[in-house]
Amino acid sequence: MNDITTTKAEKVDTAPDPLPVAEVDQGRKPKMRAQHVNVFYGEKQAINDVSINIFDDKVTAFIGPSGCGKSTFLRTLNRMNDTIPSARVTGHIELDGEDIHAPAMDVVQLRARVGMVFQKPNPFPKSIYENIAYGPRIHGLTSSKSEMDQIVESSLRRAGLWDEVKDRLDESGTALSGGQQQRLCIARAIAVDPEVILMDEPCSALDPIATAKIEELIHELRGRYAIAIVTHNMQQAARVSQRTAFFHLGELVEYGKTSEIFTNPKAKRTQDYITGRYG
Amino acid sequence: MNEETTGHTLKAFDDDLNRLRALISQMGGLAEHAIREAIRCLQTRDLDAAKEVIANDAKLDALEIETEKRAIQVIALRAPMAGDLRDVVAALKISAVVERIGDYAKNIAKRIPKLEASRDIEPLSLMPEMARIATEMVHDVLNAFVERDAEAAMRVYERDQAVDDFYNSIFRTLLTHMMENQHNIGQAAHLLFIAKNIERVGDHATNIAEMVYYAATGEHLPDRIAKVEEGEADN
Ligand SMILES: Nc1ncnc2c1ncn2[C@@H]1O[C@H](COP(=O)(O)OP(=O)(O)O)[C@@H](O)[C@H]1O
Ligand SMILES: [Mg+2]
Repeated sequence: MNDITTTKAEKVDTAPDPLPVAEVDQGRKPKMRAQHVNVFYGEKQAINDVSINIFDDKVTAFIGPSGCGKSTFLRTLNRMNDTIPSARVTGHIELDGEDIHAPAMDVVQLRARVGMVFQKPNPFPKSIYENIAYGPRIHGLTSSKSEMDQIVESSLRRAGLWDEVKDRLDESGTALSGGQQQRLCIARAIAVDPEVILMDEPCSALDPIATAKIEELIHELRGRYAIAIVTHNMQQAARVSQRTAFFHLGELVEYGKTSEIFTNPKAKRTQDYITGRYG
Repeated sequence: MNEETTGHTLKAFDDDLNRLRALISQMGGLAEHAIREAIRCLQTRDLDAAKEVIANDAKLDALEIETEKRAIQVIALRAPMAGDLRDVVAALKISAVVERIGDYAKNIAKRIPKLEASRDIEPLSLMPEMARIATEMVHDVLNAFVERDAEAAMRVYERDQAVDDFYNSIFRTLLTHMMENQHNIGQAAHLLFIAKNIERVGDHATNIAEMVYYAATGEHLPDRIAKVEEGEADN
């Protein structure tokens, strides 16, 4: 074939392995580096040889059809899969160059450094204040009441919730609206001064206005924390992230700049999924 | 080159995109016809038909508005992504260009009554062939859009040189006429503008070719050609 007519439009099913970084990120130091990660639930393999780097100044979105392994992969980043008896993880994962599976790694400490926000807001059935104070207290981050007050206030402020709750810190966290509860959970994650925040479909239980507030919050938090977000809402991925990773059947199919994934994806499977031609 | 191996899960989305493509086709048909008619009128001094060309331009204007309205609806209601988004944006841009091509036909038609029937000068005989190539480019590039055929778009892109060559040749001939006899100047100036209009039609077809290529591949055609020339293209 004449090479000028060999357009790149031909998207092939068996695209070459996706790079673990977007082309623009080549050579940059990642916040987290996952190499050849596999996850099994018993005999069943849910994640197949995934390598990906995430960066501390970027929001990285994980997208893909339901059941493709987004949540499973996200949970490998702070070893949450350790809590699932049938789950087995192989491969290598680093946080700032440190092996998170190394014997010296304290898992509780790891989960403070790599915090997590879940799909359903899950505040403790305690006061708003206690929801935030709990983490810093068990991690021994404060030595006085006034210091704790400060952490509670600054965490709630960063989560964009302070003005709404400052006069009722004693009320139960579960009495808040869904969107407020989710921001409370984000404040709770922030309170232990994490480096990475993982979010698993944080808006799927929220109405559009509460969703917009969380998205704005993600935007505000970017730069201070590395953020990885699983979302089934592609518009949301497009709105909040700078990098997008597309997963399909446990594989990382394509990873790149969000602006490119949504305008000119390289792999046919990505194209079919994001244009609504999947399945 | 056709990426759409399968339709959308939501069939109405396919219908919307097909409707946009059909509108562009329809506009293209009208614009081609207008240019061809204008040149035929020029040859035959058919003033009545020239008036019709002028009047018919309103249809193209209306179709451009319709295309814009539908493209905006698709963006708002379907949130198209990737190739779909590139297609919708291309439809929006192409409809504006085709409307311009219609304006050139109208402009040619308006000059016909101003040409003196008794004073034929030579380059007139080159115009139909030049116009034929330009309208064929328009026809082929819009087909390429409807088919999402990047290769066909590129072939149109490469044909523009022929139109430019015609223009340069007509330009030189007319200049000679003007210098030889100043009574020819008015006549020659009108013909020169007409030739220029046809040349612009070729340019617009070339621009559309770039839009079609980008819509179909996500890559810019001039970048692609530069890469091939540098020998960097992947085979
Ligand atoms: N605790 C579990 N035990 C067994 N299989 C699981 C468990 N969690 C997830 N899976 C399976 O692993 C695959 C990936 O699931 P998941 O990571 O939740 O996908 P996603 O978040 O993309 O929807 C699915 O086939 C799912 O059924
Ligand atoms: Mg999930």
